[in-house]
Amino acid sequence: MRAAREEVLGRIRSALGSGSVPPEIPRAYRRRGVHEPGAPTLLDLLEERTLDYRAGFVRATPASLPDAVAAVLGEGVARVVIPPELDRGWVSKVDAELVVDDPSLTPATLDTTDAVVTACALAIAETGTLVLDGSADQGRRAVTLLPDLHVCVVGAGQVVGTVPEAVARLDPRRAMTFISGPSATSDIELNRVEGVHGPRRVVVILVLPVDPDQPE
Amino acid sequence: MTPPTAPAGVGGLSNGMSFPDAARLALGDTQLRRNLRAATGTIRAKRASVVAEVEDWEELREAGRQIKASAMNRLPELLEQLEREVASRGGVVHWARDATEASGIVTELVTATGARSVVKVKSMATQEIGLNEALEAAGIAPYETDLAELIVQLGHDFPSHILVPAIHRNRSEIRDIFLREMPGVDPHLTDEPHVLAEAARLHLRRRFLEATVAISGANFGVAETGTLVVVESEGNGRMCLTLPETLITVMGIEKVVPTWGDMEVFLQLLPRSSTGERMNPYTSMWTGVTAGDGPQAFHLVLLDNGRTATLADEVGREVLHCIRCSACLNVCPVYERTGGHAYGSVYPGPIGAVLTPQLTGIERSPSLPFASTLCGACYEVCPVKIDIPRVLVHLRARHVEASGPVPSPEAVVMGATAWAMREPRRWGLLQRITRLGRLLSRGGWIRRLPPPLSAWTSSRDLTAPPRHTFREWWAENHPQDDR
Ligand code: SF4
Repeated sequence: MRAAREEVLGRIRSALGSGSVPPEIPRAYRRRGVHEPGAPTLLDLLEERTLDYRAGFVRATPASLPDAVAAVLGEGVARVVIPPELDRGWVSKVDAELVVDDPSLTPATLDTTDAVVTACALAIAETGTLVLDGSADQGRRAVTLLPDLHVCVVGAGQVVGTVPEAVARLDPRRAMTFISGPSATSDIELNRVEGVHGPRRVVVILVLPVDPDQPE
Repeated sequence: MTPPTAPAGVGGLSNGMSFPDAARLALGDTQLRRNLRAATGTIRAKRASVVAEVEDWEELREAGRQIKASAMNRLPELLEQLEREVASRGGVVHWARDATEASGIVTELVTATGARSVVKVKSMATQEIGLNEALEAAGIAPYETDLAELIVQLGHDFPSHILVPAIHRNRSEIRDIFLREMPGVDPHLTDEPHVLAEAARLHLRRRFLEATVAISGANFGVAETGTLVVVESEGNGRMCLTLPETLITVMGIEKVVPTWGDMEVFLQLLPRSSTGERMNPYTSMWTGVTAGDGPQAFHLVLLDNGRTATLADEVGREVLHCIRCSACLNVCPVYERTGGHAYGSVYPGPIGAVLTPQLTGIERSPSLPFASTLCGACYEVCPVKIDIPRVLVHLRARHVEASGPVPSPEAVVMGATAWAMREPRRWGLLQRITRLGRLLSRGGWIRRLPPPLSAWTSSRDLTAPPRHTFREWWAENHPQDDR
C-alpha cells in the first residue's frame, strides 16, 4: 500500500517537472450578495425558486408556525419523525404519532414514517436550496431521506442570497446535505419526474420575524 | 520517464473498436439518432437559459479554470493534505496505481465485511476501472442504483452519456427492460416516466435498507478539510452515502480541489452546466466518519490509472480539469449523430476524445482524436474552459508523429491545422478554404484529393466538409445561445 502511494506521488512529481509556479486564482465573480440575509427581496426570490422546483412554500410567523406545520402535514400522515432537539412547540399541534429520532432507530424503522419536520442551517435564495448540517434540530442524514414528505422550517434571517455567502457560513467538517426541491430524475427521455428515492414532497415553511409594532 | 498509462484489457476505458467502425453502426440506427437529437437539444436549451441568468458566469469559469490549474500544479501536496485530513477524521486512504489495483483494493475491502452484494452510486471512476466485473468475479453482486444505470445494467448494455447514461433508450424500450428483468414488477406497467420511476423506487428501496456496503465516486475532494462531495438528483446517492455501515469511495487523483472556499465556484458551475438546473436536487458532503450519522467505516481509494501520464503532457494535461458536467457532449455535432457508444469508452463525446487516448496511450485509441470537427462548441460551453480543440489537434499530431513515416501527408495536414488553430482568425479562414473541398467530392465523400494529399485519401474516405462551418450554422440556428 505504501509502495503504491510513493509511486503515484513520484509519478506526479516527475510529470510536473520542477519550477512551475501555481497560477494566481482570479476571483472576480460575486463573492458577496447585495442583500443582507433575510432581506424581503431574498425571501421572495427563495419562494419563486422553491416553487420552480415544484416544492411547496408557506409563510408563517412564530405564533402561527405550529398551525402551519400541522396544516402542511395534513391528513394522510400517521407517523412523523423529528430530530432530537427540534423545538417541540413547532409540532405541538400535529395530530400524528411523533417519533423522536435517535441513532438506535434502524433505516427500516425510519422507512415506516410518513414525514419529517426539521430546521435547517441556512437557505440560498438564488438557487432555492436548503442546507442541512446535522445539527440536533436537523438530525442525521437518514431522517430527511426515508420519509416521503420533508417539512423544513427556515427562519427569515437564515436566507442568504448566493452560493458563496452560504459556503462562507458553513462548516465543511459537518456532514451536510444541500437540498433543492424534491428528489428528481430526468433519465427517461429527459422528462423531469419528481421523487425517485428521496422525499417526493418538500415543503418550506418560512418564518417571518414579528413586527414589534404589530400585536399578532 | 513518462508515467505508465492505464493497463489494456481491464475496465471501461476502451473496448477496442475504432471510432469510425462504431460510428458507422450508430449512424444506421435511426431510433438512436432521434432519441439523441431530442435529448441533447432539450438539455442544451435548459443549460443556455440558466447560464444566461448568471451575470458573472465568465468570471466563474475563469476562476474554475485557474483553481483546477493550480490544483494540478500542487497535486502531491494537496493529495497528502487530503489524506491527512480524511485520516484524522476516521477515514482510511488507499492509493491505486491502476484499474487492477483499485478494483483489487475495493474487492478486498468488501470481502472483509462479509457482504455478498453492494449498492453503487453512478460513478465514472468505477466504470473506468471495471469494478463491477471485478466484484462479480469475486462473487459479490454490484447493484447500480441510479435510474439510468439501472436501465443500462438491466438491459445488459453500456452507458452512452456521462450524465444520462440511458439516453439511447426511449420510454417503451425502458418499460420492456423493466418487465423482463425486474422481479415482481407490476405486469401492467405503463411507459409513463413517473410510473417507470415508481417501479425503480420500489425495486431499490429494500435493497437500500438491507445494504451494508456502498460504493461511490466523488465529484470533488477538498484537500483543506478532507471533505468529499457528491452531486446528484435522485437521492440514490444519499441512500448509498448514508444508510450502509461501510462506504468505499473511488476518486481520481485529479478531483482534488485546494480549499473549501473553492466549492463556491464549482457548486455554481457544475449544476448549471450539467443538468441545466440552478442547483441539482441533492449535494452530499462528508468528512471522514461522523459519529451517529451515516457509515461508521469510510475508505477513500485514490486512483491514478493513466492520470499521471496525462499530467506529463504539458498541452494535454488540462483535460484533467474536467468536472464531468457533460455540457460538451450535448453541443457536439459528432456526438449528436453517433451517440456515446461510438467512442468505445466510458468517456464519450469531446471529453472522451481527449481524455481516453491520454489515459490509455494514444496507440490504443488512435481514432478518437479524429472524432471531431474541431468546431469549438465544446470549448465555448466548458465550465472550466478546457480548450478541447487545441488538445485534439495536439493529440492528432502526437499520433501522427508516433505512427507515420515522417513527414506523412497526414502530418502535414495536421501540422497546418495546429498552426491555424493557434489563431482564431486563421482557423476561420482555413474552415472556409476547406469548404472548397466540397467541389472535389462526390456523394458527400471525398474519394481522391489532388497530390500530395492523394496519398491520404487513397487509404481512406474523407467526409466532405459541410456547406456551412459548424460555427456559422450554430450562430444561425441558436441565436439565443450566445454563451
Ligand atoms: S470537458 Fe468541460 S464541458 Fe466537457 S464534461 Fe468536462 S467540464 Fe464538462
